[in-house]
Parts: sequence; C-alpha cells; structure tokens
Amino acid sequence: MNRPDTTFEKIAWPIGFGLAVLVLWEIVVRGFGVSPAILPAPTAIAAAIRENPGTLWEDWVQTVLKGAVNGLWMGTLAALVVALIIDRFDFLKRGLLPVANFFAALPIVGLAPIMVMWFGFDWHSKAAVVAVMVFFPMLVNILGGLAAVDPMQRDLMRTYAASHAQTLQKLRGPAALPFLFNGLKIATSLALIGAIVAEYFGSPIRGMGFRITTEMGRLATDMVWAEIVVSAVTGTALYGLVAGIEKRVTFWHPSQRG
Amino acid sequence: MKKPVIDAQGVDLTFQTNDGPVHALKDVNLEINKGDFVSFIGPSGCGKTTFLRCIAGLETPTGGKLTVNGISPEEARKARAYGYVFQAAGLYPWRTIAGNIKLPLEIMGYPKSEHDEHVRKVLELVDLSGFEKKFPWQLSGGMQQRASIARALAFDAEILLMDEPFGALDEIVRDHLNEQLLQLWARTEKTIGFVTHSIPEAVYLSTKIVVMSPRPGRITDVIESPLPKERPLEIRDTPEFIEIAHRVREGLRAGHDA
Repeated sequence: MNRPDTTFEKIAWPIGFGLAVLVLWEIVVRGFGVSPAILPAPTAIAAAIRENPGTLWEDWVQTVLKGAVNGLWMGTLAALVVALIIDRFDFLKRGLLPVANFFAALPIVGLAPIMVMWFGFDWHSKAAVVAVMVFFPMLVNILGGLAAVDPMQRDLMRTYAASHAQTLQKLRGPAALPFLFNGLKIATSLALIGAIVAEYFGSPIRGMGFRITTEMGRLATDMVWAEIVVSAVTGTALYGLVAGIEKRVTFWHPSQRG
Repeated sequence: MKKPVIDAQGVDLTFQTNDGPVHALKDVNLEINKGDFVSFIGPSGCGKTTFLRCIAGLETPTGGKLTVNGISPEEARKARAYGYVFQAAGLYPWRTIAGNIKLPLEIMGYPKSEHDEHVRKVLELVDLSGFEKKFPWQLSGGMQQRASIARALAFDAEILLMDEPFGALDEIVRDHLNEQLLQLWARTEKTIGFVTHSIPEAVYLSTKIVVMSPRPGRITDVIESPLPKERPLEIRDTPEFIEIAHRVREGLRAGHDA
C-alpha cells in the first residue's frame, strides 16, 4: 500500500488524468452541442494547431523570444546590478528598499499602454513591460539571498582579512544562488503573462496576445485556445529549464540533494 | 628575550545594547607565550568567547591595552596572524573539502601551484587524507570539524584560536579529537587559544588554564599546568589531573558566588 511510486507510475498517473479530462471535455461539448464560440472541443483545438503552424510559430517568436525572453534577461540583469549597488551602500538599503517594495506591490501590467507610448508598438514595449514586471521580484530575492549568510561565515571571511569583493565572490554570491533561482522561477511565469497581456494594448499584426484578441473578435475560439495551449507548453518548458539549471548549479543545497 | 605573543593589560569591553550598556570584560590581564596552549573556561556570559574575539580583532576593547605579536589585534588580523575555528564547522557546502581548505589560500593570494601541497599537508595533520573530493555534507560532524581545523591551519599562521570547537560533538568523538589536537599542537608548535566549558577538556589540553566568571566578565584564576607535554587519555585518572580539575572547579564556584 505504502510503497513509493515507480518512475512509470509517476508519469502514467498525470497523463492518465489529463487524458480523462480531455475525453470528458470532448464528450460534454459534443453531447450537449456546446457552441464552438463558447468552448471548442479538444479535437477542434488540435486541428487549429495542425492547420496553422506558420502563424503559431510567428506569434511564438514575436511574443516569447522577442518580448518575454528579452524582457526577462534585461529585468534580471538590472535587478542584479541594482541589488549589488544597494547591498554595497547602507543608506540605499534604508532608503531605496522600501520604495522598491512599494513598486513591487503595483500591478505593473497597467504600465503597458505607457510603455507602448514610450517604446512603440513592436516587441520593445513588451520587453519593457516584462523587464519592469520581473525586476522587483528578482531584486527582492537577490537582496534576500545576499543577506542570508550567517554572521559566523562573515566573521570567517574577516579573519582572512578578505575584501568586500572577495566576500561577495567566494561566499555571498554562491550562498545567494538558491534565492536567485527561486526568483527566476517566479519571473519566468510573470514574463510570459506580461508579454502576452502587453500586446492587448497595441502591437504589430503578430504575437500571441494580438492573435488572442483578434481571433476572439472573430469568434474563432479554436485559434484562441491553440495560442493558450502553446503558451502553457512554453511556460512549463521555461520553468523546467530554470529548474534543471538550478539542480545543476545548486546541487549542494539541502533542497536539491534529495 | 621572551616577549609574550598575546599581551593583555587591563582590557575592558562594554557593549552598548538597547537594554543599556553590558560590561562584557573587566580589567583582563593575561600574557600568552609562544607555544602555550591556553584554555579559557567559565560559564556562559563570562566573556571567554568575547576575549578570544578581541584577540582575533573581531571585537575592539573599549579600554586597556591588547597586543598580538606586539601589534594591535586589528593589524594582526590584517597580517593574517592567526587561524580561527568556530563552534560550528561552517564549511561551504558548494566546495569540496579540498576546495574549502583552499579558500583562505585563494583569498590570501597563495600561488595556485602550492594549493594542493598545502591541502595534502593539513589533511594529513587532521587525519582526513583521502577525503579531498568529498563535500562537507557527506561527512560526519566530527570529520567536518576536523576539516575546519585543517582550513584554519592551511595558511601557516602561528596562532590558532578555537572557540568551543568540539562543543557540539559527543563525548567519544570529543576525546578522540582532543587527543589528535594535542598531537597536532606538538607537531606544529603553534600557540593555541581554546575556549571551552568542559573542565576535563581544559585540564587535559592546556599548559595554562584561565578561569573566568560573569557579570562583569573577568579572570578569577590562572593555573599553570604541571602536567607533562606527553599526555595519554589515561592521565585524566591521575591525582595530579584531579587536583587541577578541582582547583578549576573551585575557581568557577568562587566566581559564581561573588
């Protein structure tokens, strides 16, 4: 009864459940004659994906590669630089951090129309929204990580007469990595949301958010759902990628030793 | 000429806390000569760790005169005059045992070509040869603490300061490590400052036992041990040993009643 699941079972259970949901969905849509405008059947969504690979690919490149990924690295890099500066100067820790926390609480997606005004309709304004969305959670996590070293470890570095840079490089940097990856996992899903939603406020005639709004206007919900499927797969893959890198880089952390 | 390695004259230290000033050390006078093994013993709050931290330049006395090798503890710290062993091993989990021992060498700029030789030498001293490639979390608590002693020895400082290094270990492991520490001391001829709250440990290890008492932290007795340098564990059953232990206990009690 209490033996742990085998690898096969670990994979088979969720796949079985997922398939059961899809079958039920198909049965309900066909059985009750649900209008495709309200909810298309899974087979209809699959057909839409099969018939429009070119469009879906173009939208994916525009939204994920250009918007989300660019915004993600820009926001993360900016957070890293600002975190190192705040960490170096105590008065910034006291003055800037509360301000950062205030901004972190704002619904950043609301900035999207302003970013379109500033950076134009193309992916640059989307990347800007993503960068701002990603910036604050990354900043807070990195600062938390840099502060996570216990006093004894700092004293040890002092007994070596280590410089600030050496302490950062040898001790506090590595110790902050698990926090950085926690932030990155939050940031990847935020980046995808930001890049899609930002397109609702104006975009060129491609992109996942653009497609969702225009196809919805034409009541072509199978295509809307096709984009949602693509974004779900993308989000899972990005998360998996970050988790995979995390496992290799922070193998020493109790949460990864397994 | 024989000048003391560590010379304390009327050392005073008052911490300013939110609950008002705390008198941690009062009029501490002590001379430690080259090659001495000095134990500091007393109840918690007696300032034994604080005094060791003063010697290490991690705390600064608010009064009196304290020199290490004839210079201030701060200068001695910057000159890397001592190795420090903390209560916990505090090894970096992302570095192997060899990597941990190389840490001070990297910070102090030892040539890379010499690193392996230093690691080999100190691991042999603490009887951990062959564990170079293990990670700290793969070793027992006693082995971790031995690795942390190896780390403190890696850069050949003449003074070794140890703050209750075996406090968290069980009695059997502790006996074994005490025996090893004496051998190590005999081979390296270092000057050792050792904080403990175990009477047998202090008497077994030391050439000089400093008995301290709290509120304010001060020295109540300094005992020069008549025990020979060669000390098998059985020496703890001899009348001489028991007599010194008795005197330490008397000193602790006197401080407690005052």
